Amino acid sequence: MRPQRTSPARGVPPPDAPTTAPPTVPSAVTAPAGTAKPRPGRRPALLAAPAVLVALCLLSLAVGSRAIPLDQVTGALLHPGSPGADGEVEAIVRQTRLTRTLVAVLTGAALGLAGAVMQGLTRNPLADPGLLGVSAGASFGVVVATGPLGLTALPVSLWFAFGGAALAALVVHVLGSRGSGGASPVKLALAGVATTSLLDSLTSGIALTDPEALDRYRYWSAGSLTGHDGGELLTVLPFLAAGALLALGTAPALDSLALGDDVALGLGRRLGLIRVRAALAITLLTGASVALTGPIVFVGLVVPHLVRAVVGPGHRLLLPASALLAPCLVLAADIAGRVVARPQEIDVSLICAFLGAPFFIALVRRRRLAEL
Amino acid sequence: MPGLDITRSPGRVAFRLAVPRVSGVLHPRLILVCPALGAAAFLVFCLTVGAGTGDYALAPHAVVPALWGAGDPADVFVVRELRLPRASVALLCGAAFGAAGAVFQSVTRNPLAGPDMLGITQGAGAAVAGGIVLGVGSAPGTQTLGLAGALGAGLLIYLLAWNRGTTGYRIVLVGIGISWMCLSLTSYLMSRTELHQAHRILGWLVGSLNDRGWEQARPLALALVTLAPPVLLLGRLRRTLELGDEVAAGLGTPVQRVRMVLLLCGAALAAFATAAAGPVLFVALASPQIAQRLAGTASPPVVTAAFTGSVIVLTGDLIGQRLLADAVVPVGVVTGVLGAPFLLWQLARADKTGSGG
Repeated sequence: MRPQRTSPARGVPPPDAPTTAPPTVPSAVTAPAGTAKPRPGRRPALLAAPAVLVALCLLSLAVGSRAIPLDQVTGALLHPGSPGADGEVEAIVRQTRLTRTLVAVLTGAALGLAGAVMQGLTRNPLADPGLLGVSAGASFGVVVATGPLGLTALPVSLWFAFGGAALAALVVHVLGSRGSGGASPVKLALAGVATTSLLDSLTSGIALTDPEALDRYRYWSAGSLTGHDGGELLTVLPFLAAGALLALGTAPALDSLALGDDVALGLGRRLGLIRVRAALAITLLTGASVALTGPIVFVGLVVPHLVRAVVGPGHRLLLPASALLAPCLVLAADIAGRVVARPQEIDVSLICAFLGAPFFIALVRRRRLAEL
Repeated sequence: MPGLDITRSPGRVAFRLAVPRVSGVLHPRLILVCPALGAAAFLVFCLTVGAGTGDYALAPHAVVPALWGAGDPADVFVVRELRLPRASVALLCGAAFGAAGAVFQSVTRNPLAGPDMLGITQGAGAAVAGGIVLGVGSAPGTQTLGLAGALGAGLLIYLLAWNRGTTGYRIVLVGIGISWMCLSLTSYLMSRTELHQAHRILGWLVGSLNDRGWEQARPLALALVTLAPPVLLLGRLRRTLELGDEVAAGLGTPVQRVRMVLLLCGAALAAFATAAAGPVLFVALASPQIAQRLAGTASPPVVTAAFTGSVIVLTGDLIGQRLLADAVVPVGVVTGVLGAPFLLWQLARADKTGSGG
């Protein structure tokens, strides 16, 4: 805590003195958050992550209702149009599956980063863009744009997604921090569900009046990676990149924030600025990914927890590692969805929810979360 | 008077009688508000019956005799055969949602917790969606599936939240996890079916009283009659739970057993109401809060919340029937739209720290 110039006479502590020095501060200061719990034994495992990601990408290109051998996949990728190559295989790999894989990677990275930043910002182990209503806000923005307003072009609906995401995040934050005790995990989670169900009912109201909108909405709201073209990816990419850079830039500030608002202030952090930057990053990442694929829940919740078990709580490693591992999870879920019910496909969001919800419940059962 | 000892404090009157040794606390405002809300519910009920679906308008003074079968035979037919069933479903399901919401908010000590936030209605939704996809889409089939889904979700939540006893927050969070699973299952099912089936699923998910009649009202009435007594008898212990588990245990409340009975009763109330009308959003969330403000009590009062719920659903249905000239807007859409200002109202109260957080 900075010494106060207007402090009262010596010997009389300022009124808030006892609360400004919690007993945990000295140890926390000697061991900065980035290296709070180094786990040198586990960190090399992180080096394998890029290799796993590449392997999953190749698998995602190869597996589907028509299985393609890996050598043909690499051939179609590296030497397109070479004599002797199967044109149909090339079309499947280079057009359908490549786009789908890239969508999975980008959405996964965005959701993983957004979840990690949210958990750091709210100091809440249960934060996730889907759980806290941000995805529902973005969905609502997209449905309003494409339904009643008739603006189906992605660049336009993207801005509606950002607007909806930002608004929902604000509403959930204010709703969740009301009452005594501030924003506890339980209150935030409930505020997220309440906001989500309100937005969902409004969305269904819109979809019910317009059969065409319902037909589009039901595919998109199930959270699907299919049916995209390269142009959509290029439209979303700059926003995702901006959000990712912004998110990675907040890592040192989130480390300070982990020590508590008072300590972060004492370390010279400007809390308002940190919150605005982090909220902007979350909005960009979530809004862009939802506009692309529809809401996918629990990825942003699960991945940071798994990563934290390997690299510890420091955000400088946690954020990039989450951005690397979340695409692996989304890809694996997508591949599983293609294989399990062949020739039918199960949407990636359903797989993520059925993997993520048990994880969430296990987390709730194990941890001693702060009560209301 | 020597035998009667009265202590007045703001909002309550404590009395003690010497001769039959009886003592208690009266809340004058609650005593006033509760019958007033009941009367309001009856008034809107009569209005709905008088001006409900169809063009046959009835004068308000003709409605009440027609309810008992007196008066013009045409009036009696319209009232008792055509409009009374639907209005009864609205009345009963509003009451059940309101009471269930009050129980949940009280047990979890959170004004945002309710059966429609904790996966119970979502469980019903997933079951009904599965039924419609598999072809069990008839009215009784949907009703049974909705009931089974909601009760199953409620039991699952309670069992998963059990870890050497339950706590309010663990029930909330496990419920949220279950609710997300059911939600994504429902939207998966919707994306996999024919468009007309998806339309039916969505129509059920919104919550509507269209085509509802005695076959929905009867089980709901039976459930209310069965489940209300335990909830009301446990009212006193329920209020001690709001002080926190430790304090409640210190006051002699068997915390785990009371919570189990209350939660299961609340979940069953919500399940029967959802099975009858579909998930009518925000009734369970808003009515206990409104009732609590009106009655000026420290915790959501169950009976007042039930009357408030009835008023909300009946009014919402009346608005929905009269809003558009050529179509009936589902009551769930009306309450959903009304829910937005309610959330804003909660937001506006957010700066008053400590008020029921």
